[in-house]
Amino acid sequence: MKRDVDLLILGAGPAGMAAAVAASASGQRIALVDDNPATGGQIWRAGAQAPRYPAAENLRAQLAAAKNVECFTATRVIAQTGAHELLLENPLHSWRIGYTQLILCTGAREVLLPFPGWTLPGVTGAGGLQALIKGGVPVRGERVVVAGSGPLLLASAASAKAAGARIECIAEQASLASLAAFALQLPRWPGKLRQAIELFDRHYQPHSHVVEALGDGRVQAVRIRRGSRLVEIPCDRLACGFGLRANTELAQTLGCAIEAQAVVVDNLQRTSLAGHFAAGECTGIGGNELAQVEGAIAGFAAVGLLAEAQALTARRRHWQRFADLLKRHFALDPELKSLPTADTVLCRCEDVPYGAVAQQASWRQAKLHSRCGMGACQGRVCGTAAEVLLGWPTPTLRAPFVPARVDSLLHAAALSSAAPTAVE
Amino acid sequence: MSSAIELHINGQLLRVTPGTSVAAALYLAGDGSSRTAVGGQRRAPLCGMGICQECRVTIDGQRRLACQTPCTAGMQVESQP
Repeated sequence: MKRDVDLLILGAGPAGMAAAVAASASGQRIALVDDNPATGGQIWRAGAQAPRYPAAENLRAQLAAAKNVECFTATRVIAQTGAHELLLENPLHSWRIGYTQLILCTGAREVLLPFPGWTLPGVTGAGGLQALIKGGVPVRGERVVVAGSGPLLLASAASAKAAGARIECIAEQASLASLAAFALQLPRWPGKLRQAIELFDRHYQPHSHVVEALGDGRVQAVRIRRGSRLVEIPCDRLACGFGLRANTELAQTLGCAIEAQAVVVDNLQRTSLAGHFAAGECTGIGGNELAQVEGAIAGFAAVGLLAEAQALTARRRHWQRFADLLKRHFALDPELKSLPTADTVLCRCEDVPYGAVAQQASWRQAKLHSRCGMGACQGRVCGTAAEVLLGWPTPTLRAPFVPARVDSLLHAAALSSAAPTAVE
Repeated sequence: MSSAIELHINGQLLRVTPGTSVAAALYLAGDGSSRTAVGGQRRAPLCGMGICQECRVTIDGQRRLACQTPCTAGMQVESQP
């Protein structure tokens, strides 16, 4: 089966939703695709324990009213099957989608760094715990330690608290001086200042990082380094994330230029590849306000509404400055490179220890010798960790981009035998 | 408010509120673990957003990610190796 659209938007978070709404006025045929079961992305995730987000409700209502926008949730991109053509899969079907123009709004993932004990059940990402709680994971009465870096730590702790958990510690790796300098700039973004005040928690500890998670079959305590001191904190959960990493792999594989771990875009959100735009976190971590502005610019620009797109550049600059501030003040301490020991699992899919990878010369050598990055996540966790810990660039994807059903792969294979150049 | 959804986790009947993810159902029905790793340890959801694949389980015979799958009536979820 094949469908054709004028505009395909990959990712239905703040950027993708804003892009679809902006482009919808054109009357073009638009498809909005996301692998989650509902629109909203990570920040506006729907679920049993998720709060209501007015901005998301507003965009959802506009999308529902736009008859020329079709949403495909629970749908993944499996492969590129031709120029301007991708293979999609949902839990029931797979099909090809042809597009004239594409907007990549693939968002970001958490940077999850390995440390002894991080594979114990009960250890999650920081945003990870927040997402799991929104889906209904019960944490009432549990003792939670949040660790890592970035504003997400406070947001995650607030979600856990609202769901009845007790916060034992929030360990932020950035120094007090850096956090103070960040806070002093916040009045330029009053909404962000208000949010920071609302979310602040007395357990917040700067210049602190996780050293080890302890437990037998499940996390029971965590060792935290605070400056020069080591403390051990009993807990039922550890939520640990070291900031965000743009999901650039799909853009890179399609041929878009990537720089500094972000998709390169111009003032109209155009990538280096004709007919391909990118917006939101995949073009650099900046938060949902920046993502919405960029998404709207991309949506307008893709359908030729250039004046509408250009009218938003001042707003984008305002939020881009906030993004720059975040990047500067939450930069990771090089000391974190010593988090894993030689026998700490780096690749969780294939159980490859860090020592077996770190002794290799490159990611490719490491894959060939140890099978790291060759499991189900395709290196999205360990490859990102290796990027931070060893400075290795992450390679382009090969199809299937994510684990897919055999019938979907047969679909792609049948196409490639008919047209030898179609599939990578 | 719509009524509870009934599903089975490793053969055990569970009732959940609509919007509950299969990842949450794993915690509500047991210890929350989703799979057994190559080295034999149990693993549980990590990233919560469809990246890490740690929460992969078998749902009605298909391999799915628990964190990105809402519970639906009659689902049979298996998290055992």
